[in-house]
Amino acid sequence: MDALLPHKDRCGPAQPLLLAENLRKYFPVPGGLFGRATRVVRAVDDLSLSVAKGETLGIVGESGCGKSTVARLLIRLLKPDRGHMVLDGDPVDEPHGLTLNQLRRQVQMVFQDSYASLNPRLTIGETLAFSPKAHGLPAAEARERVRDLLSKVGLDPESYYTRYPHELSGGQRQRVNIARALALRPRLVILDEAVSALDKSVEAQVLNMLVDLKTELELTYVFISHDLNVVQYLSDRVLVMYLGKIVEIGAVEAIYGNPQHPYTRALLSARPSMDPRKRTKEAPIQGDPPNPIDPPSGCRFRTRCPFAEDVCARVEPPLADIGTQAVSCHMRVAGSGHSRAATP
Amino acid sequence: MAIQSPSIDLGSGVAINAVAATASRGYWQSVRRRLRRDPVTLVCAGILLLIVLGAIFAPFLNLADPYKTSMIRRLYPLGSPNFPLGTDELGRDMFSRLIYGGRLSLFMGVTPVVCALLIGGTLGITAGFLGGWVNMLIMRVMDVFYAFPSVLLAISLSGAMGAGASNTLLALTLVFIPPVCRVSESVTTQVRGFDFVDAAKASGAGSFTIVRVHVLGNVLGPILVYATSLISVAIILAAGLSFLGLGVKPPEPEWGLMLNTLRQAIYVNPVLAALPGVMIFITSIFFNLMSDGLRAAMDVKA
Repeated sequence: MDALLPHKDRCGPAQPLLLAENLRKYFPVPGGLFGRATRVVRAVDDLSLSVAKGETLGIVGESGCGKSTVARLLIRLLKPDRGHMVLDGDPVDEPHGLTLNQLRRQVQMVFQDSYASLNPRLTIGETLAFSPKAHGLPAAEARERVRDLLSKVGLDPESYYTRYPHELSGGQRQRVNIARALALRPRLVILDEAVSALDKSVEAQVLNMLVDLKTELELTYVFISHDLNVVQYLSDRVLVMYLGKIVEIGAVEAIYGNPQHPYTRALLSARPSMDPRKRTKEAPIQGDPPNPIDPPSGCRFRTRCPFAEDVCARVEPPLADIGTQAVSCHMRVAGSGHSRAATP
Repeated sequence: MAIQSPSIDLGSGVAINAVAATASRGYWQSVRRRLRRDPVTLVCAGILLLIVLGAIFAPFLNLADPYKTSMIRRLYPLGSPNFPLGTDELGRDMFSRLIYGGRLSLFMGVTPVVCALLIGGTLGITAGFLGGWVNMLIMRVMDVFYAFPSVLLAISLSGAMGAGASNTLLALTLVFIPPVCRVSESVTTQVRGFDFVDAAKASGAGSFTIVRVHVLGNVLGPILVYATSLISVAIILAAGLSFLGLGVKPPEPEWGLMLNTLRQAIYVNPVLAALPGVMIFITSIFFNLMSDGLRAAMDVKA
C-alpha cells in the first residue's frame, strides 16, 4: 500500500482547489531602539484569490510587488499575519483543518534559482528522494519513484540519478526542481519565476514540458512571472498585482485583450513589440513604484496614474466585478466620484 | 504505485538523454583530488602525523626515561653523545621529553577543540537554523563570553579552579565554545537562506531531518576548517597556562612547562631553552597551514 497516492478530488469541480481570503503579510523593518521594528513593509495587503481545479492562474507585476510573497504564503513557507486558506473545502492550519504537512502534500513549489534550490552536496537522486522519504515512503519505492520522475521531466534516470547539481545545465537543473515539486504527487504547483532564469530556447522547452505534465498529472498551476508573454501563453486567468494588492484579475483573453486598469494597460504596452514599426516611443508609466513601507493613501497606483483625481487619494477603490474581469479602479465604478466614472 | 508511465516522450528530453553520463565525482572525492595537488598541505600533514604518531607511540620507541634526572649531566648541549638534543636543567633527556611532551601538548590542544566543536557547533547550528529568539538567546550568551579576552578568561578560569590538566581542558573548552558557536551560526544562517532549505521545508520534512540531510553537509566543512585552526591556538594557550604554572604540574613533560623551567638556562644554553618553543611553533604553524590547505580544498565552489 503506497502511503503517498495522489489525493482524490473531494468537493467536485465547482469548489476552488485553493481559496485564499484576506491574506496579509507585513514584514517588520529592523531599526529603531533595541532593534524594535517600528515600521513595516506591506508586502501583501488583504489579498484574496481563488484557484479553480485544473486551471493555470498567472500572477504578474513589477519586481517588489509581492508576487513571491504570495507564493510563499500559499505554501506557508511564510505565515500570514491575517487571512485564511481553504484547500478543496478543508481549512488550512486551523482546528479540524489540514495541517501544514497535509497542505504540503498537495501544494508544492518550484523556485526561481535553479542552482540555489538544489543542495550541492546531494546527488539528483538523493534530492528527489528526500521528500517522499520524509513522508515515509520506503527507500526502494522512493528510488523507483525518483526514476519515474526523472523520465517524466525528460532526464535519463540511469545517467542523472547519481549526478550532482553542478554537473547539470540550468535547464536540466530546473527540470530536476520541477521533478522535486512533483515528487509528492501534489495537486497544485506554484511556479515562482520558474523559467525566468533560463535562456529563451530552454525556457520554451521547459514551458512545453510544464503544459504536458499538467495534462498528464491533472495539475493546477499558479504561475508567477514578470514575463507577460509567457503568462499569456500558459495561463487561463491572470492576476495583476501592484504594491501587494490586486489591481485586476480575469480571464487571460479579457486582461490581454481589453485591459481596464491603467496599470494593466501600461504593463501591456511596455511589452517589446515584434514589429519594428510599432516602437514604444514614450514610457507607459513614469518612475518607480512607491515605497511599500508607506504606500500612497487611497488607490496605491494614483502617484503614477495619468488619470488620478481627488477621489483616488481619499478612497481606496474596491475590486469591482465588471463581468469578464474584476478591476480596482474608481474609473470603472459607477458613482465613485471620478470624472471618468459612469454616473449611476 | 502512483507514477506509472516512465516512457513519455517530451521531445526536448531526447537530446539531453543522448549526453552520456560521465562518472560523476562526489564532493569528498574532489576534495581529495585537490588536496593531492597541494604539496604544502601534504608536507604539513605528513610532519604533523610524525609528531602525533611519535607522541602516541612514545613508550614503544625505546627512548630514554623522560623522568630520570641526573645532577651530573645537566644542560648538555645539542649533539652530545647519547643525548641528540641535549639534557634539561635536571639532566633529563630532551629528545625523549620533547616526544613525550607532545602527548600532553597535543592532547591539550585537540581535546578542548573537539569538546568546543561538539558543544559550540550544536549551539551555533541550532541558533542559525531556528533563528528568532533562540538565536538571540544563544548568541547573546556567547557575546557575554566574548567580552573577556580569551587568554585572560582561560587564565582566570584555571586560576579560580586551580592548576591541573583537567581544569586547563575545561577552561580552554569554555574559551573556544563562543568562537566555534559564532562561526557555526553564521554559516548555518547563510545555508538556511538557500532555496533548497525552503524547498525541504515545503516538502513537509521535520527540522531535524532538514538539518541532518541539508544543513550539516554544507556547514561541516567550514566549521571543521575553523576548528583545525583553533588547535594551534589551543596548544599555545595550554602551553602558556603551563608556563604560568596554571596548567600541567612538574615533572610531567609538556612543552609549555618545559619552556618555563628551562628559561633560567637561557644564558647557559639558549638553543636548548628554545627547543620546546620550536616544537610549539612547528606544531601550531603546521596546523594553521594545514587548515588553510583544507579550506582551499573544501571551499571551492564546484
